[in-house]
Amino acid sequence: MNCGFTVLRSSCIASLLATVAISAFAAGIAPLGPDTSLRRSGYDFMGRETRAMQDDDAANPGMLWVLDGEALWSRKAGAAARSCFDCHGDARSSMKGVAARYPAFDAARARPVNLEQRINICRTGQQKAPPLAYETKDLLALTAYIGRQSRGLPIGIAIDERTRPFLEAGREEFNRRQGQLNLSCAQCHDDNWDKRLAGNAITQAHPTGYPLYRIEWQGVGSLERRLRNCLVGTRTQAYDFGAPELVDLELFLMWRARGMKIETPAVRP
Amino acid sequence: MARAMVNLPASARRGEIIEIKALVAHDMETGFRRTQTGALIPRNIITDFTCIYNGAEIFRAEFYPAIAANPYLAFATRATESGTIVCKWTGDNGYSLTESAAITVA
Repeated sequence: MNCGFTVLRSSCIASLLATVAISAFAAGIAPLGPDTSLRRSGYDFMGRETRAMQDDDAANPGMLWVLDGEALWSRKAGAAARSCFDCHGDARSSMKGVAARYPAFDAARARPVNLEQRINICRTGQQKAPPLAYETKDLLALTAYIGRQSRGLPIGIAIDERTRPFLEAGREEFNRRQGQLNLSCAQCHDDNWDKRLAGNAITQAHPTGYPLYRIEWQGVGSLERRLRNCLVGTRTQAYDFGAPELVDLELFLMWRARGMKIETPAVRP
Repeated sequence: MARAMVNLPASARRGEIIEIKALVAHDMETGFRRTQTGALIPRNIITDFTCIYNGAEIFRAEFYPAIAANPYLAFATRATESGTIVCKWTGDNGYSLTESAAITVA
């Protein structure tokens, strides 16, 4: 929210990351690996008050975006003067479980697309409307509304021969050291998830609640926004919104969290 | 677009204490931030909240820049009669938003 705060924070992260990395190697913590019984949602790392905020729809600010999305769902848009409702009907039934399957393969693009891209494919193709820019209120509201219809359902990413190369690209990216700090995602989120960084819990990076309301942001943001935050924290040049590298990473992270329950719209500190 | 939510029980017994929850979305600007060229970005916050139960004010709050961008308030009142509970937020740049909820008191 405040520029000064952000700058201060990333320099803290820089020095602390190095300390955490060194101490973890000394302690020899087993990586998270394939043992799914150790998996924790970011929810499990939160304090009582933040959990209460997420659990009560009347207190969860993410619900304001969901309500906006509900209004947008039936608003006609574009040259085709069609709304989402005109094709898909009631989202409460037609969109149930959809967000739990994204990113999903798109035949026309010959690669996986995330939910935001799917919405914009619909907008440009079916509604003949200009695409919504990333992180705009309207796009966040629509993804929050669609995501809300999968709340409580298990993440079910289907990997087949078409999506496997992208999953492997995402996995490679997760494990690749990058940026000025020369850190991989796995070094924090697999090896050190039970530790803290600048007072905050290092979580296991399971994207169960996106788009979510982050108290630090004082607003709703997408998974890509969060990934870009992490990249900046490790002093890496962040990929643009919608970049194939980000979508591959999203695919890998969702696959890695398969079976965990969707919490959208979640609240995180 | 729904930018505020007021939640309270739809019905209550006379004399019962009920909880009212009010949440609002607002694009806050603290008034302390500067642009890249150093110019101060003008403050844009919600400054006042009032809750009116059948014409009578039952709760009031004043907000300052340190409050959350999307303030959440929960407070209690005694259910006296059936009617409407109106919540109103006002702020900088002529901001004003009203949201109400009905209650039946038996």
